[in-house]
Amino acid sequence: MALTAGFFYLFAALAVASAAMVILARNPVHAVLFLILAFFNAAGLFILLGAEFLAMILVVVYVGAVAVLFLFVVMMLDVDFAELKAGFIKNAPIGLIVGGIVMGELILLFVSGGFELGLAQQPGAPIAELGRDVSNTKQLGLVLYTRYVFFFQIAGLVLLVAMIGAIVLTLQHRKNVRRQSIAAQVARTPATGMAIVKVPPGGYVLPPTESNTKTETQG
Amino acid sequence: MAESSWDLWLDYALWLAIMVGWSLLTLVVLLVLIAFLLLMDRKVWAAVQMRRGPNVVGAFGLLQSFADLLKFVFKEPVIPAGANKGVFLLAPVATAMFALASWAVIPVNEDSLGKWVISDLNVGILYLLALSSLAVYGVIMGGWASNSKYPFMGSLRSAAQMVSYEVSIGLVIVTVILCVGSLNLTDIVNAQKTGVGTGIGLPASALDWYWLALFPMFVIFYVSALAETNRPPFDLVEAESELVAGFMVEYSSTPYLLFMLGEYVSIVAMCALATILFLGGWLPPVDVAPFNWVPGILWFLIKTVFVFFLISMAKALVPRYRYDQLMRLGWKVFLPLSLAMVVIVAGILQYARVA
Repeated sequence: MALTAGFFYLFAALAVASAAMVILARNPVHAVLFLILAFFNAAGLFILLGAEFLAMILVVVYVGAVAVLFLFVVMMLDVDFAELKAGFIKNAPIGLIVGGIVMGELILLFVSGGFELGLAQQPGAPIAELGRDVSNTKQLGLVLYTRYVFFFQIAGLVLLVAMIGAIVLTLQHRKNVRRQSIAAQVARTPATGMAIVKVPPGGYVLPPTESNTKTETQG
Repeated sequence: MAESSWDLWLDYALWLAIMVGWSLLTLVVLLVLIAFLLLMDRKVWAAVQMRRGPNVVGAFGLLQSFADLLKFVFKEPVIPAGANKGVFLLAPVATAMFALASWAVIPVNEDSLGKWVISDLNVGILYLLALSSLAVYGVIMGGWASNSKYPFMGSLRSAAQMVSYEVSIGLVIVTVILCVGSLNLTDIVNAQKTGVGTGIGLPASALDWYWLALFPMFVIFYVSALAETNRPPFDLVEAESELVAGFMVEYSSTPYLLFMLGEYVSIVAMCALATILFLGGWLPPVDVAPFNWVPGILWFLIKTVFVFFLISMAKALVPRYRYDQLMRLGWKVFLPLSLAMVVIVAGILQYARVA
């Protein structure tokens, strides 16, 4: 147990520290890298909770895909640090107000004992009744595809709509772009792709085009 | 109280010592193996081109990899003036570390002594998938931190490439674990003790392994593994005819060595994963007298080296892909195909119950 507690404090401290570094780092790429470190520590905390499936999915989805795209975008941005700092002073009051409201809500929740009312335990409740010997992944699957199947489907639909929206926004069929037609290339035969021409002595052959496919000679 | 807490710490210390010992053993065996696999890679490539390959250092060039290692270690690491120093040095370390970490869950044998694996995770296959998706960070960080054009172009290409092929590898793994019903790597191998061959009354043999039942997925996995590890014909990250050496242009000495090491370790990890998923891991090809006397780890090794041979033959035989064709292959060919196979396999398992 002592070891688990030690690892908890390690992961928790690192998660908080790297989350702080996300907003303190001057270089946006460093900020994203610290965000990734924070994801890792969250995954570590999941493992300590015995939720190894969630931990791995967190790493695969957030670290392996989402954060890569963040990094991708941030690296391509041409960030002007002076402008960024000016914006910081201007937007600081709004940020402080929003942060203060969230902080106040959290304090209210802790003071009123919201976490002890069983609200936090509710999502885990149906899993507990399946028994301890069923593996974490199986428990999740048993609940996800039976009791929560409609929520699961709705989540899928929301993602599908978002995906189609992103494609519609970015897809553009530009004219004058030469695209490769794989089917046409594969369907080419020697009969259609090649012509044997006889070059007369002293003459020349024009390359075959749509209008000009026969050989011409010139004296 | 003091007595029991002393015992507790002694237990932890013992457990720690065993883990460290196992890890060191695995690392030493793995790295020595990779030194020779690297030589084999070069020899295969040379043989296809009718050259001799490295043959000067040691008998048949056997010590070539160790000579290369010493050469890299004793060179001076050059860090470009404009580079982002911390990230520049973090990138190769991250590549090598993520690649080596994947060997913690790869089981190489199971016998009366137990499972030959450092950590027998319930979600071993997900762990491997997660680590292979992390390999992209070494490339992106290296390319960005070099603060140079070619490395950055190379790393942008590779980020898109590795994320794309991650998807089809994930779906291939889904079909296999649908057949197995477990995410544990040892369970995946043990599930291949019965299959197509035993279904028609033959003794347990190579016909039971998933390469036969899921043959299209084996092919997709093989090609995606090439793309995921940036091996030729998909080595667009370091395409020397276009990008000099891609994201590794600015690297020298030990950081470069770590990149190369990470690359080869993850290739061999992919070979081991292919062995586990499709070639029956440590199971003998025919479960009769002379074959099942051979220790399982030898079979595992033979199959892994065989898959590695296939990968190095691909390097020797196939010309490099063009980038748009690579993306087309990943998204328009492999993704629909593997998605369809997931549906078909799930349907067969649900309604026919043959596999």
